[in-house]
Amino acid sequence: MADLRSDFIGIKSPNPFWLASAPPTDKEYNVRRAYEAGWGGVVWKTLGMEGPPVVNVNGPRYGAIWGADRRLLGLNNIELITDRPLEVNLREMKAVKRDYPDRALIASIMVPCEEEAWKAILPHVEETGADGIELNFGCPHGMAERGMGSAVGQVPEYIEMVTRWCKMYTRMPVIVKLTPNITNVLYPAEAAKRGGADAVSLINTINSITSVDLDLFAPEPMIDGKGTHGGYCGPAVKPIALNMVAEIARNPETHGLPISGIGGVTTWRDAAEFLALGAGNVQVCTAAMTYGFKVVQEMISGLSEYMDEKGMTSVDQLVGRAVPNVTDWNQLNLNYVAKAKIDQDLCISCGRCFAACEDTSHQAIAMSEDRTFTVIEEECVACNLCVNVCPVEDCISMEPLAAGATDLRTGKTVTPDYANWTTHPNNPSAKVVEVEPAE
Amino acid sequence: MARDVFEPGIVPGRLEPQNYVEGFSDLHPPLDEHEALVAADRCYFCHDAPCMTACPTDIDIPLFIRQIATGTPDAAAKTILSQNILGGMCARVCPTETLCEEVCVREVAEGKPVLIGQLQRYATDHLMAQGVHPFERAAPTGKRVAVVGAGPAGLSCAHRLAMLGHDVEIIDARPKPGGLNEYGIAAYKTPNGFAQAEVNWLMQIGGITFRHEIAVGRDVTLEELKADYDAVFLGMGLVGVNALGAEGEDKAGVANAVDFISELRQSSDLSGVPIGRDVVVIGGGMTAVDAAVQAKLLGALNVTLVYRRGRDRMNASVFEQDLAASKGVRIVTHAVPIAVHGNGAVREIEFEYVDEAMKGTGETLRLQADQVFKAIGQTLLGDGLPDLDGRKIKVDGTGRTSLEGVWAGGDCASGGDDLTVTAVAEGRDAAMDIHTTLMGAAG
Ligand SMILES: Cc1cc2nc3c(=O)[nH]c(=O)nc-3n(C[C@H](O)[C@H](O)[C@H](O)COP(=O)(O)OP(=O)(O)OC[C@H]3O[C@@H](n4cnc5c(N)ncnc54)[C@H](O)[C@@H]3O)c2cc1C
Ligand SMILES: Cc1cc2nc3c(=O)[nH]c(=O)nc-3n(C[C@H](O)[C@H](O)[C@H](O)COP(=O)(O)O)c2cc1C
Ligand code: SF4
Ligand code: SF4
Ligand code: SF4
Repeated sequence: MADLRSDFIGIKSPNPFWLASAPPTDKEYNVRRAYEAGWGGVVWKTLGMEGPPVVNVNGPRYGAIWGADRRLLGLNNIELITDRPLEVNLREMKAVKRDYPDRALIASIMVPCEEEAWKAILPHVEETGADGIELNFGCPHGMAERGMGSAVGQVPEYIEMVTRWCKMYTRMPVIVKLTPNITNVLYPAEAAKRGGADAVSLINTINSITSVDLDLFAPEPMIDGKGTHGGYCGPAVKPIALNMVAEIARNPETHGLPISGIGGVTTWRDAAEFLALGAGNVQVCTAAMTYGFKVVQEMISGLSEYMDEKGMTSVDQLVGRAVPNVTDWNQLNLNYVAKAKIDQDLCISCGRCFAACEDTSHQAIAMSEDRTFTVIEEECVACNLCVNVCPVEDCISMEPLAAGATDLRTGKTVTPDYANWTTHPNNPSAKVVEVEPAE
Repeated sequence: MARDVFEPGIVPGRLEPQNYVEGFSDLHPPLDEHEALVAADRCYFCHDAPCMTACPTDIDIPLFIRQIATGTPDAAAKTILSQNILGGMCARVCPTETLCEEVCVREVAEGKPVLIGQLQRYATDHLMAQGVHPFERAAPTGKRVAVVGAGPAGLSCAHRLAMLGHDVEIIDARPKPGGLNEYGIAAYKTPNGFAQAEVNWLMQIGGITFRHEIAVGRDVTLEELKADYDAVFLGMGLVGVNALGAEGEDKAGVANAVDFISELRQSSDLSGVPIGRDVVVIGGGMTAVDAAVQAKLLGALNVTLVYRRGRDRMNASVFEQDLAASKGVRIVTHAVPIAVHGNGAVREIEFEYVDEAMKGTGETLRLQADQVFKAIGQTLLGDGLPDLDGRKIKVDGTGRTSLEGVWAGGDCASGGDDLTVTAVAEGRDAAMDIHTTLMGAAG
């Protein structure tokens, strides 16, 4: 069994799986059971200012979309930060940390964008023995209307400012949690770094309406006939989160800034993907909310089995492994040519590939009288759509053409040389390859 | 109190009342909404789907399943019913394991087809439960068509004709409409009076009158019908029964399986249907299996189904054979009946084993029997019928017979398997041709 111990910005935990700040981490009763189930760390549900806590709606706070057999694919919520008094949360955090010294405990915080507010809360948090703080600049609904959460996270200057205050008023490591509800995640990430953040975590939830009630003509989740946009999370957001993590990991300005990867982590594989794209650890919310704390056991066994197979002895060896292979479109090798190939032994003759290729664009799959489906190499552009729609895994593969082979579509010989768009003859701004004038 | 199961002879009430309820309840209980969504989700929405090709009525299966999956079961039902007006019955009685589900790509790939039949039932039940009829009758054409037989072929033909605006009279020798839906199909495939409910629902199209207990040939001739109506459709099924050709077959206790089933289907209290202790059914088709299974469900102690060829040659599908076996029916193959023994009533029946070429081996087998059901095929009965092709009325692809103005379809007509769904398809197609013919002549 691989060693999964994690050291994230000096915060140690027995594994890289933390529970994200959310309802599963809203009270001592939960957090103790989460640790018992095996979670390496917990980011406590976001704390607000001293005084009367926020109130939540008393109707549905979640909306969802489902896949086959009502498997939940995406969840949306309009919950606010913790609605329990600050003192209660702090007292509980202290008790938990005392009993689980080997587990990471992070306090998520959201107070008004004023220096005094941050200055006031930080010593109380420090006093609990928490290992670090996470600044919630992400919550996209109710709190944002009050000038907090994503309202801060959408203004890089505010991020930088608040981060700086925190670094000033506490010795605890500071993680800045980013909102995906922006045009370019690099601006807030860079701002966090300028402010002195020890790490960023992302993503928080995405503005969303999950569905519309077609009888009442109102969005879901609906409270007494009205709805508001909520924050989207769960498996459906993983691709968005992965991209944002990768962007920060490969951006020269932020390269090396530790990242806590969040968004749709449901299985060990999702976690491994975040790590490979540069996250130092992962946080999980929806999977724990929808399947219970026990899911971490599959994440632990799966990741360690994978690492053993790959001969990796520590999580660090996986972190960032895929980052060098994330590039810009204009760096992709346009001389690479592949063709779809159907494995006739696996094919079940459903014709899905045919319908997709025929009606999408390329008409590159032939169907015979007896329902044999074959790729017409003269037409195949290797778009991969047939692979994506085929219900049988590995039935259609993309086979690269070897150098020297002829691409039947273009009639050209495949060259072993790399050439991208920047030098392509069809590119009006291509750098002209200098050719020596003939004597 | 139930009788002793060991009591010999043909007697009623062998079981406790709840045994009848359990035994004769729905073979496949209906899917609930969630089950239907899960089942629908397994469909790949195949291009030019093989299941659809296999359906004798060409129901657009991927489309209706997608309509279920998207929460519009009534739209799904319309997709089904527009091709097959008895889609509700077919969903219950089609041997899907040899039709659509046999070729479903998921059957081929995983041995687990999409539950097409059960999904079809889910959709059609959903619509029919509301009592609404989804089709409207076109403006009257003034044409009158006689449909002989209120079985699936006749009903399907009549509905399509009525929908196109023609006036239809259905004439049937039996008291109730439905044909074998009402008098033949196994009780556990269509419980709770579904056959009559479906006919009533179908009749809502309007323009159809049902004249019962009138037999063509006995009460009215085909000639007269031809003269009185613009067209005639024959959907009279096969009401004759083949004889065994074994010595002593007229002994008491020897009966036609179809008569036994018909009695059972019409009984309002199954505990009143008498059944033997040792029952032997002769035949290898659906009728044989249904008689054997229902004999067992009525409390017969020993039920043996004897077929003259191998199991692979049986007309009953593997699913039906397995069903019989699961109910405790013993299947004996390669044996032909040679003599019925007994003094007045049957006591034993004697068979000779035969080889694959049906040649007697000289070896014999005697089975104790107080009741014997013959299920070795039905035949066409009637005089003055159009030309035959073998044992059935000769028809072309559109159901035309050798007589002008007379069409035929279903079991009585040549071509196609003897199945409910085939009868529906043939009735519908004949209706379309009748319509074209009548309207072409008018215009
Ligand atoms: C026991 C049994 C079980 C079966 N199980 C199945 C099954 O599970 N699934 C399946 O798909 N198929 C099954 N079949 C076959 C199926 O029932 C028939 O293929 C189908 O009913 C044929 O329809 P039809 O309209 O041609 O004839 P029928 O259903 O036989 O209807 C013919 C009608 O014509 C009437 N009639 C006959 N002669 C005259 C006359 N001279 N004058 C007036 N009316 C007349 C009859 O009274 C009857 O109502 C079964 C058949 C039997 C016998
Ligand atoms: C009901 C709910 C409440 C949440 N509350 C908070 C919160 O108080 N503070 C915070 O930083 N993030 C909050 N989040 C966001 C999660 O911590 C996490 O960033 C997001 O759900 C994406 O991860 P996931 O796909 O694993 O759920 C909440 C999410 C949900 C579903
Ligand atoms: S890769 Fe694209 S173009 Fe080629 S066969 Fe598949 S769908 Fe068609
Ligand atoms: S989608 Fe896959 S299984 Fe279906 S026909 Fe194409 S290759 Fe075969
Ligand atoms: S063959 Fe099976 S999977 Fe394909 S459309 Fe028909 S029911 Fe669906």
